[in-house]
Parts: sequence; structure tokens; C-alpha cells
Amino acid sequence: MTIPVPARPKFQDPQIEMAHGAGGKASRRLVEDLIAPILLNCGEPLGDAAQLGIGGTWIAMTADSFVVSPLRFPGGSIGHLAVNGTVNDLAVSGAKPEALLVTFVIEAGLSSWELEAEIEAIASAASRARVVVVGGDTKVVEHGKADRLYITTAGIGRPLPSMRLAADSVRPGDKILVSGPIGDHGVTILLARGGLDLEADLVSDTRSVFPLVESLAEAAGAGVRWMRDPTRGGVATSLNELARDAQICVVLDEAAIPVRDEVRGACELLGLDPLHIANEGQFIAVVARQYANEALQAVLNTWGGERAAIIGEIREHPAATVLCNTGYGGSRVIDMLVGDPLPRIC
Amino acid sequence: MCLAIPAKVVQLFAIEESRALVEVAGVRRQVDLGLLTDDLPSVGEWVLVHVGFAMSKMSEEQALDQLRLLRSLGEEEAAVAEVEGYAVDEAATG
Amino acid sequence: MKFVDEFREPEIISRVVAEIRRLADPKRHYRFMEVCGGHTHAIYRFGLTDLLPENIELVHGTGCPVCVLPMGRIDDALELTSDPKVVFAAFGDMMRVPGAAWSPLAWKARGADIRIIYSPADALKMAEKNPDRHIVFFAIGFETTAPSTALTLVRAREKGIQNFSVFSNHVTILPAIRAILDSPDMRIDAFLGPGHVSTVIGCKPYEWIAQREKKPIVVTGFEPLDILQSIAMLLRQLQGQLQGEDAKVENQYTRVVPWDGNRAALRAIAQVFELRPYFEWRGMGFISQSALRIEEEFAAWDTERRFAIRGVRVTDPKAAQCGEVLKGVLNPAQCKLFANECTPEQPVGALMVSSEGSCAGYYNYEHRKTLYSDCCSSVRCVP
Repeated sequence: MTIPVPARPKFQDPQIEMAHGAGGKASRRLVEDLIAPILLNCGEPLGDAAQLGIGGTWIAMTADSFVVSPLRFPGGSIGHLAVNGTVNDLAVSGAKPEALLVTFVIEAGLSSWELEAEIEAIASAASRARVVVVGGDTKVVEHGKADRLYITTAGIGRPLPSMRLAADSVRPGDKILVSGPIGDHGVTILLARGGLDLEADLVSDTRSVFPLVESLAEAAGAGVRWMRDPTRGGVATSLNELARDAQICVVLDEAAIPVRDEVRGACELLGLDPLHIANEGQFIAVVARQYANEALQAVLNTWGGERAAIIGEIREHPAATVLCNTGYGGSRVIDMLVGDPLPRIC
Repeated sequence: MCLAIPAKVVQLFAIEESRALVEVAGVRRQVDLGLLTDDLPSVGEWVLVHVGFAMSKMSEEQALDQLRLLRSLGEEEAAVAEVEGYAVDEAATG
Repeated sequence: MKFVDEFREPEIISRVVAEIRRLADPKRHYRFMEVCGGHTHAIYRFGLTDLLPENIELVHGTGCPVCVLPMGRIDDALELTSDPKVVFAAFGDMMRVPGAAWSPLAWKARGADIRIIYSPADALKMAEKNPDRHIVFFAIGFETTAPSTALTLVRAREKGIQNFSVFSNHVTILPAIRAILDSPDMRIDAFLGPGHVSTVIGCKPYEWIAQREKKPIVVTGFEPLDILQSIAMLLRQLQGQLQGEDAKVENQYTRVVPWDGNRAALRAIAQVFELRPYFEWRGMGFISQSALRIEEEFAAWDTERRFAIRGVRVTDPKAAQCGEVLKGVLNPAQCKLFANECTPEQPVGALMVSSEGSCAGYYNYEHRKTLYSDCCSSVRCVP
């Protein structure tokens, strides 16, 4: 079942705002109502990577831009994000990442040592993720015209034969798996910006999730229906997209969702929900019920997957909705955010 | 106006009497104690924090009392029901 | 998390829920109003309406300081940023609230210097670090937040920081409750009192609600157990009233709320603020003695005296029924614009954009439950 993409753009917003880049509802509107109708000619739901056949060989392709402030933060830097982000998009599309292209847009005035540090970061992340950087481009713009450094990476990979992923293959009864604790990256960045006066021993979770995906594919590949790496907008946004694309209901079990104490503390203090916070080193997967245990065990037994958990399941109704059970009989609806999560005092 | 979190005082600043470092779930923040000058908290005590200011001291005693009261809800009814249950049995057996 | 997790224990929650079911008279329909936006938020966040019997209805009141702010005040402040020296600093809650045309975030996208802060102290620090800019702190909140703004102004004066001023939109809770009780359509049986406002003003100021209006009121905390326990306490009071007992003010949130309030906080408010003769509340018109403005002594730090404020008045579209929803006369779904012209993505009124707003809560939560019960078993339903 697919959502028909409108033939003519119906994007009504008069100007582009930050919300359109935050990964939530506004971002989705921008892509679905303006970009996709003009540029894409398929009727398929939009995924993290595209798979195409060229001369009898299937390849997966994806691209992503990286804009982050500050450039360096506990646990990594923009260079690490640039590699792992694209590697992960390929991994959750069911492909083994192979090679990357890297382009830089550099603001004049950026110090050479900072650029060198990011190039080193890219090299080290690529090496750890076992991908090669095969080319790229560099542009320099005037001071004030870019936020120090923007990086775009494009990646290609080889689809894993054991996985066939599609939102419309998701069925009631399927289980939802997360690879580890959520919210680490987004909260780390929020604290690193310094405006909030909070201190915590938190680091970004940026890493390649491919080793975990590979273990999952080997143990339960046939049962994996859908995967996503929940970056901007968090787990809530990815699951809402699934619920809409597949016209099913996602029901989460609040007590089962792994969250570090510090992330929880910071979120309580700021009035944020970990489900809306970006992750850069986790994935969520929908797995057929009969494969769920093997799937979970496979990830738990892989280095880096020790806090994986089954956090919910798929139901039929109410369609296109994500619910979260509180553990004492109540439930709440988890929606996609409109824009970035904002700390609140009320 | 209502987001306020219980946090534990972990450090008082000798120089600035009205500031303290508090902690919740491993996250630390500096707060202003200017609204608690009549009864300043000591290290180890818990305060309620709202917009970077400590609003009130938290009373562990009151919290425990309240929880104790709530935990015992229904026990009185359960005890009464049990006694009534015996009465029914007696009636049945004559 | 201490003082939090214990108040979310499922076992104790089920006991209190059982107690509520035992106390509620099945032949009666109860309407309990909570006047604090934090309670509105907690009720939705913890899914508490799922736990209550059908005949207990929780009505959301005027306790959302963002919701009751007239749109014009936002425009007044934002217009100041056309002077490039001015920085507009406000809490995250304000950032998406639409003025007549744009929200603060939309102004930011156009180049205005708009910054999100978490504490009034952050705004003062910003002023210290940026001596060539003027920081306007857009202050909102009830009595919970006013003392912190007050102390910040005291500190600004102590440190001689001149490039800082406060645009005060602080409002007080009691006139709002009075307006609700005076409303001819008022059908509230009892109140869940605001927990954090009461840490400042104490519990005595609510006595007239119990004594003159004969409505029970319980000052309530924000965890699931707090709200549920208060509901049980209200039910007990209502039962007692049938047997000739008087309604009273009770304090459920004893671990935090002192009966006499916080003297130091009240002193700070008295030192810096005075009551405005009247102030416009969104959807409710002008209410006398319901808001705080900065005293003469601190005039140098009062945005409204440092700058020429236009005093923009923006009327809500006639069809928007924000006022009736705020007073609990209508529930959100009964407003004609609800879910049509007014949605969280394109809000007409602040109740739809604020995280505490009852319309936003209703839209995201109850509305979907209604859709679900209406829909057939077909998998192809589109919300």
C-alpha cells in the first residue's frame, strides 16, 4: 500500500523556516509537498536510501548533509557524523556500506587545524566503518555565509540478500526493536551549546550501526520488515512515518524503552521527551513476531548492542497513530514534532 | 509555569551565598538560592527547582508519610471484606 | 529519580484508582477543573483520563500563561528587534506562539535576534556578556515564575547592568479563578489547585473558594499519584458536603508546598512589582488587578518605560472560542475552528500551540481516540 504522491506541488508555507529542517512534520511537508512531486517520479514511500538496478546489479545510494553547532562535542565531531550518518542510512536500508563521496562547504576564516581535525575525523570514522572515501569536492564561501563548515556525504552500498524491507510488509503482531539507549546525541549537543548551564557525563552515540544490522540480518534477516535510523526528530518521528506509510498502529511500552539516567534527568529538567531527541548511532527495526527473540539476542550479543530492547509492537488500530503505554493502565499519543524540540518552563 | 524538578544540593558556594550546585539523575546545574534565604538548604537536602531558582525545600518525611498512606489504601476495605466473607460462610453452614 | 519515581509506582496507582472508583457516585457526573497548565500537561502525558471512571471529567482552566497572553503583547516585544541592538530573550514555550503575523521563531528566520533561555538569570548573564546589545527579557508566568524575575531585577540593579530590561507579562492566578466562578455558564464542582504557584502564595489565598463559593479545592502535585490522590480527596469532600460538612482547602502536595507560602519569594515580588489596575487576558477580556508591572523604583529596567511600546491590540478571529475553552465552558472539540482551521501546525489560538494548551492536548490525544471509536475495522482509515 503506498501513499500517492501528488502530481503538482501543494506546499503552502510562504517561507522556509528552521522547522523545515528539524526532521518533524514541517520537514515532511517540505519533502512530500514540494520536493518529491517535482523531482521524484515514483509512488513509493520515501526511505533512507534508494535501491536501483544498474546493468543487473543492485546498488543502494544515499546522501546527507551535516550542519551542526558546535562542530566538536563530547563523543565526536561533524566529521564523524558525516560518515556515520550516511553509513547508517545505507545500513538501515538493508545494504552493506562500501564507499563515500565527501563535499565540503567551508566558511572563509575557519582555521586550518579545525578543518584538518575534521578530515582526520572522517578518515577515522570511515576506517572504523570499513568504507572508503573515493572522492568529493570543496568550496569556500565568504565569511558569514556558512556556519563554519557544512559537509555533505553521498554513499553507495550493496543490498544484503537476506533482507527485503518495505513499510507495507509490516503486520499487526510484529515487534519493535531498538539497538540501544535513546536521546544521547541530541542531549549532548544541547548541553554542548552551553546556553543551558547543565553539565552531565554524556557523549554523542555517533557510530556505524552496520555491525549490529549485519548480525540482525544473519540471525533473522527474513523476519525484518522495516528499519530506520532515528536522527532528527527522534524515534517518535520515525515511528510516526512508519505508522502513516503502513497505515498501522505502533504501541510502545514506556518502561521498556532504554534511556540513560542522565538523558532522562536532562529531559525532565528541560521538559523534553527522549522520544523526540536525535540519535546518531542507533536504529529501530520492525521484526516479525516469530523472529523477534532471535533478532534481539543477535543484537544483544554483538559488541555495542548490549542495551538493545524490544520496545513495542504493531497493531491494526488506530491506524497512523503511535501510542505509548505508561505501565499503569494509561496511554498517550506520541506525535511527530512540528519543529525542533524546545526546552520549556511550563 | 509549572515545570519544577526535585534536585539534590551537592555543593554550596562559600563566596556567593545565594548559589548552589544541584544534581538530578547525574545532571548538574547551578541554581540561585535567593528565594530560600530564610531557610537555606544544606548539602544533601533536596530542593524544587524552577527556571534556575530553588523554590522550596522538599520534605522527605512528608513524601514518605504520603506514600505510606497511599500504600495502605484499600487495606481497610480488604480486611472488612474478609470478615464479611467469614460471616457468609457461617450463614451457609448454618 | 527521587521524589518522582515513587510517585509513579504502578501498584500504588492502582490502589488510588480503586479508591476513586469506590468513592465516585455512579449517578453523578463530576467536573473537576485544574487551573494549572502543568496539570493539563501531566494528565495527558501520563494518560490519566484512561484510568478514571467515565463520570469524572477533568476540565482544563486558565493556568497556561502562554495561552492567556494576548497576541498583541508578542508583537509589541518583537517589534523592538527591528533595532539591531535589541535581543529578544524568552523561554522555549513562547517561541512558536503566533503574534498577529509571525511567531518569534519566524521573526528569527527573518534575521531578528531571538534567543531561547531557560532562566531569567540567563538573560541577565547575556546582558553582561554583550555590553553593546540590549537584552529584552519577555517574562511570562504566574506567581511561580514572578519571584525569579523579581530577584533577577534586584541583581541587575545591584550589579549596575543597564543594557537589560524586562517586558513583564506576569499574571496572577486568583482573578482567573474568580472569573471562572463568576461566569454564568460555570459548571465546576471542585478544583485541583495549582501546586507550584502555591509554593509561593501558600494555601490560604484559596479559602474564599471553599468558604464563599462552597467549592472544594485541593492543592495538587504533578506526578500521577498526586493528581489521582487529589481527585480522591475532592470526591471525599463532595461526599462530606452532602452530609452537611463544609468545603475546605486541602494541601495534597505537602512535600513541597508550605501552608504559608514562601515569604522570601513574596517579598521579592512586593519589592519589584505592583499590580496593574487591569490587564487583558486572551479570550476573557480585561480583568482587574490580575497582572504585574514593574514598580517605579525599577523603572530603568522596565521595557515598557525604556522603549516606546505601541500597545498593539490584536483581536482573535470571531470564530475562535479561546475564551470559552479557557473558562471550561466549552471543550476544545466544540470550538468551530478546532481541527479545521486551527491545528497544532497552523494554530489560530495559543491553546493549540502551547504544550500546556488544552486544545493541543485534546487534539493530540482525545481527538484520536474519538476517531478510532468512529472508524470501522478497515485497515485503510485515513485520519
